[in-house]
Amino acid sequence: MNREKVIYAFFIVLALTMNFGFFIGEIDDPAHHNVYEFFAAIVVSMICTVLKFGDRTHLGALMMATSLVADLQLVIAALIWGYGAQLSDVGVTTEMFSSVISMSGGALLANIVSVILLMVETIVVRR
Amino acid sequence: MNDIFYVMLRRLRHPLITLISIYSLATLGFVMIPGQDDQGNVWHMDFFHAIYFVSFMGSTIGFGEIPYAFTSAQRAWTLVSIYGTVIAWLYSIGSLLALFQEPMFGRMLRRRAFAKEVRNFNEPFYLICGYGITGSAIIKKLCNRGIRSVVIDIEQERIDELEVDGLVLRVPGLCADASLPEVLDDAGLQHPSCIGVLALTNDDNVNLSISIASKLLAPGRLVVSRTESEVNARNLASFGTDYIVDPFRDYAEYLSLAAHAPYTHLVYDWLVNPYHRPLSSAYKKTSGRWIICGLGRFGKALTREFAKHDVELILLDDDPSQLKSFNNTVIGLGTEAQTLELAGIQEAVGIVAGTDNDADNLSIIMTAKELNPKLVTVVRQNLSTNMLVYKNSKADFIMEPGKIIANRILAKLKTPLLPVFIEQMQLQDDVWSHTLLNRMSSIASDRELDSWSITVSPETTPAITTLSAEGVGVKLSNLMKDPRHRKDQLPCFPLMFRRNGDLKLLPGELTELEEGDEILFCGLAEASNQMSWSINNYNILYYLQTGEEPSHNLLAKLLKRI
Repeated sequence: MNREKVIYAFFIVLALTMNFGFFIGEIDDPAHHNVYEFFAAIVVSMICTVLKFGDRTHLGALMMATSLVADLQLVIAALIWGYGAQLSDVGVTTEMFSSVISMSGGALLANIVSVILLMVETIVVRR
Repeated sequence: MNDIFYVMLRRLRHPLITLISIYSLATLGFVMIPGQDDQGNVWHMDFFHAIYFVSFMGSTIGFGEIPYAFTSAQRAWTLVSIYGTVIAWLYSIGSLLALFQEPMFGRMLRRRAFAKEVRNFNEPFYLICGYGITGSAIIKKLCNRGIRSVVIDIEQERIDELEVDGLVLRVPGLCADASLPEVLDDAGLQHPSCIGVLALTNDDNVNLSISIASKLLAPGRLVVSRTESEVNARNLASFGTDYIVDPFRDYAEYLSLAAHAPYTHLVYDWLVNPYHRPLSSAYKKTSGRWIICGLGRFGKALTREFAKHDVELILLDDDPSQLKSFNNTVIGLGTEAQTLELAGIQEAVGIVAGTDNDADNLSIIMTAKELNPKLVTVVRQNLSTNMLVYKNSKADFIMEPGKIIANRILAKLKTPLLPVFIEQMQLQDDVWSHTLLNRMSSIASDRELDSWSITVSPETTPAITTLSAEGVGVKLSNLMKDPRHRKDQLPCFPLMFRRNGDLKLLPGELTELEEGDEILFCGLAEASNQMSWSINNYNILYYLQTGEEPSHNLLAKLLKRI
């Protein structure tokens, strides 16, 4: 067992599960989506990106790309939410909230791809 | 060349993860810890404000407590966060700085800068592997001729020397193993402007792999390789290495020429060496019995060359097993008078001190000179640091392998016609060479004799082509006149003339030039500069031909008609 591999896989799967936990629920109902879970999803996603730094293989490049996509989607979602809560006069509208959730849904897809790639790597390179 | 980027990312993994974790923890703390607003109500900081506060606290320790004054719990958390974030920053920045200072990182940066510089070359250049005595002599000459070069050497010290040597052109150098194709590629092996690769390292195997790499990646490119073994030389020749130099064999050839044809030898010496031997040195008697001390690689090469010309040889070595297959041998080093007497030093004309020990060599020469002052002495120098003693040894020939190869290669690079001439010249007798030598001497006396060639074609000699097209025959003699005053001759003369593959040594000066002719000149370097005026500039050639300035504008032509 390789400790480094455990940490690596742990964060990648955690990024997916956090993201899924936040995404699941009615798309326009704030009661179904926890802000702390969202924060945790962003942090874990960023850590994932950093963990993927420096891998020069083709698969490593793909993993990195999926992670960057997830980061991008989540940060945009956070920006929309932050704009609604802090800057907009009308507060977080239903439209805004739906787009936050759909953005996180996009990130979820990217995270799924990332986990699939992780599985492919594990299965192909059996060690 | 993303190496640097990847190394940086890999090194920054831990610091960045620490930074993200500590920042998110601090932010989370501020969101969770209840605060008070200005009316005394319980107030929870939201993520937006928490990130804002942590961001400025982490980098600057803050603009104050916003938006409301903090409670004690919040202050306690701030205290913890301040130390946490500062340590995270110190750690990240420290790791980054440490990375920049690592020698490995510096090497990568230098290599990258080197590769970039070479990639941007847009003029012809030579790739030279090995900056030793040979390499530095060649690069210096190339620089003086305005030809650029690129250097690879395995020792950083020699690359540093490149900077201090005061070359007139900038020569990029890289400290790396030249036997790796990747390194060669960075040094411009596949660059379209690279006109030749010179493998001059001390290691035969490295030279071999450089030559192979070059021949595989760019088959048409000139490759010159140095080697010290016969097997390697044959191997190099098998895949088409253009020029193979063996310091021992080349010097043996050079010396044997001196022994059997002193004037031909001097002509060769003048053409190839920048500092040539004086004319008077040819008067020494060099044909007769020769004594060779030390049958190493040099001694054996010399024996083979001398045997070709039926020179009487006496061989000396202190190792009897070396002498087994030869006749006329004496066992002994040659440093004592007794062994030399035994070898018949009184009747000999020359002695070669060719052992691999400098002190022994000098001792042999000194003892021999005492016994027979008329001897021609040849001494092999192994270490370049012994230069001073050797200079004062008063030996007739000092054999330094590095310099010999440098001169040979330079002769080849100067003009491809020169080696052809040298080959032809050796077929002539010594009287012919004596006449040629007198002619050279009257032009150059003790200055450096340069040689250059011209090819008649519209690109290289536009003036000759234009004038010929007008029906005026340009003679060889016209090229040798001084463009400033046509009654004067330039200090040069033609050595060889080639038309459709037919060679003519010392051609007549009234030969009319045609397209495709190649002429090899020798003379002073200044003559070469002047000659490039007459072959390139129509007006000057017209003046040389007719003695009058051509009228090149309409007004002048009209005035002339009146």
